Amino acid sequence: MSAATKSERALPWALVTPALGWTLLFFVLPFVAMAVSSLTAHEAGGFTLSNYSQFFANPSYWQAMVNSLQVTAIVTVISVLLAYPFAWILAEQVPERWQRLALMLAVLPFWTSYVVRSYSWLLVLAQNGVVNRALTGSGVFGEPLQLANTRLATVTGFVHFFVMLLTLTIFANLKQLSPSYRKAAADLGAGPVRTFLHVVLPLTLPGIMVGAFLTFVLCIGDYITPQILGGNNELLMPQLVMMQIGRRGDFPLASALSIILMAVVTIAYLACARWLKIERA
Amino acid sequence: MSVNPKTPNPTVRNPLSVLKSRLQGACAAAALLLAAGSLAQAQDLNALIWCDHADPALLQPFEETNGVKVNVKEFEGTGAGLAIVEQSQPGDWDVMVIDSIDIPRGVEKGLFEPLPEDKLPLADLFPQVKMDSSTVVNGKRYGITEKFGYNTIGYNKTKVDPADMQSLAALTGDKYKGKIAIYDYYLPVIGMAALAIGKKTAELTEADLPAIKEELLKMKANAKLVGEVTASQTALATGEVDILVGGGEWVTAGLAKENPALDFSIPKEGAVLWSQSLAMFKDSKNKELALKFIQYIMSPEGQARLATSSCYWGMPANSKAALSDEQKKILRFDEQPEFLARAQSYPAPNADLDKKMQDVWTEMLQAQ
Repeated sequence: MSAATKSERALPWALVTPALGWTLLFFVLPFVAMAVSSLTAHEAGGFTLSNYSQFFANPSYWQAMVNSLQVTAIVTVISVLLAYPFAWILAEQVPERWQRLALMLAVLPFWTSYVVRSYSWLLVLAQNGVVNRALTGSGVFGEPLQLANTRLATVTGFVHFFVMLLTLTIFANLKQLSPSYRKAAADLGAGPVRTFLHVVLPLTLPGIMVGAFLTFVLCIGDYITPQILGGNNELLMPQLVMMQIGRRGDFPLASALSIILMAVVTIAYLACARWLKIERA
Repeated sequence: MSVNPKTPNPTVRNPLSVLKSRLQGACAAAALLLAAGSLAQAQDLNALIWCDHADPALLQPFEETNGVKVNVKEFEGTGAGLAIVEQSQPGDWDVMVIDSIDIPRGVEKGLFEPLPEDKLPLADLFPQVKMDSSTVVNGKRYGITEKFGYNTIGYNKTKVDPADMQSLAALTGDKYKGKIAIYDYYLPVIGMAALAIGKKTAELTEADLPAIKEELLKMKANAKLVGEVTASQTALATGEVDILVGGGEWVTAGLAKENPALDFSIPKEGAVLWSQSLAMFKDSKNKELALKFIQYIMSPEGQARLATSSCYWGMPANSKAALSDEQKKILRFDEQPEFLARAQSYPAPNADLDKKMQDVWTEMLQAQ
């Protein structure tokens, strides 16, 4: 093998080494440490599976997973339903020269801190907040509703954030769609609704699924929003994980719960990848 | 940057040699910075603290008097604090603020240095908060109580009948349903539930947990939210709720100026006494400075500043704290002997019971 060939073969490895090193250092090693910790008995040390068996034996822990999945599913569906028309209006109805500004306005809430945004929602939804004042002031309801510190508040906070994220992924997908597809469909006699259902929607599904998967992953692992807006009236998995650390410092149980959560995310990924083939997108 | 016209034209240099010389320069600068950093570190005090110790009004006088810098790192929960220590190098930390009941945990791990009792104002402390059962291990003092207060009923006296707040039964009755928040920390609120059913907090066993759980579920059914410090404080201050289970002077005193309607009671069943202590690390490289810091915090001036910290107020452990009359009134300083007589100790379960208590708390949170 010539020196030139050797160097040609070494170059890709040299280029990819920093990324591999980064992944090894900041993902693989912490993950292995977490996996080892999850198999260790708290305080006493030594191998144990009890951290995992606790999750399956304790209905409150199970309930946290059920709550997390329910909230995540609701948030993902509502976010897609709101983001798609929004992205479509931006891509199709807003003149090209205004699209940049419109997009910027759409993602404006991203510019504020996530925590500040969550506390702002708490004030908006509070008993004396804008929403309740509007509802009682207009006579729709005689008494203020309990909006803050509920699952509804958690979902609202999440949807506000994820609609922006999904709008961006769907908008990008819509913009990549060649107008020829729609023209061809029209030539073949399809009306706007049929064109949308049979041409545009299937072709933008990868964008929807990528956005939905990102929403799922970010939502199911989020601690801040349910903690601030949910009022701890139900526990989600990230809150359950944090609870093990605070006073007792039970890192093994926290690690086991985190790995179970990661397993669920992995299953969701595999499901998305298999059904929608986003790995080839 | 201007170029001196008298300077001879520089020779065109190999880019690699330029890069090399710049890297050498950068390394030299970094080495200098590190050296300066380590020098500064030797003169610094590194403290693992709760948020009340981060107040500049508390730290600055000590820093100026001793010509040192106090580096602080905040944490919440003993487990999180001990995890920080475990992930650090021995000697990284000099002092730590810790729940008084958790001092034995640190001693078991071999973290703390015995404190010289003759150099601390132990005689000036309120006797009930010295907590010798926790702060003294095997005859040696490893911690000193610096601040205390009560997990009890915090309330808005313009919205509820203060007479109702004299009994824990008000928390589970129908009168204030939907007007209650619960402080999200299992030990003190479990202590309050125990008091409500006539149990002594110092004698809780696993057999008491079913009855405690039942009481907690009744409280939850009446509650609008279960919130950590900021959330529960905000809920009470904004009128979202009128009563905070587990609240006390640590919630109401700091807000007294903005909202004088907030108050707390020590109900007839009693309240849970919380206390925080200072401990010195065995591996501290600045033990002399660490002791000076503890002495400062325990001095009448330091105690007054700590008691009225911007993060949260609380009673100073030193009865000679240099508080103003107004501050004493807000903290209900003169009523302390009576309060202390009725307060019960913070639950201090062993690891097994602690885990079971947390599981009961989890069940309560998940209950609909």
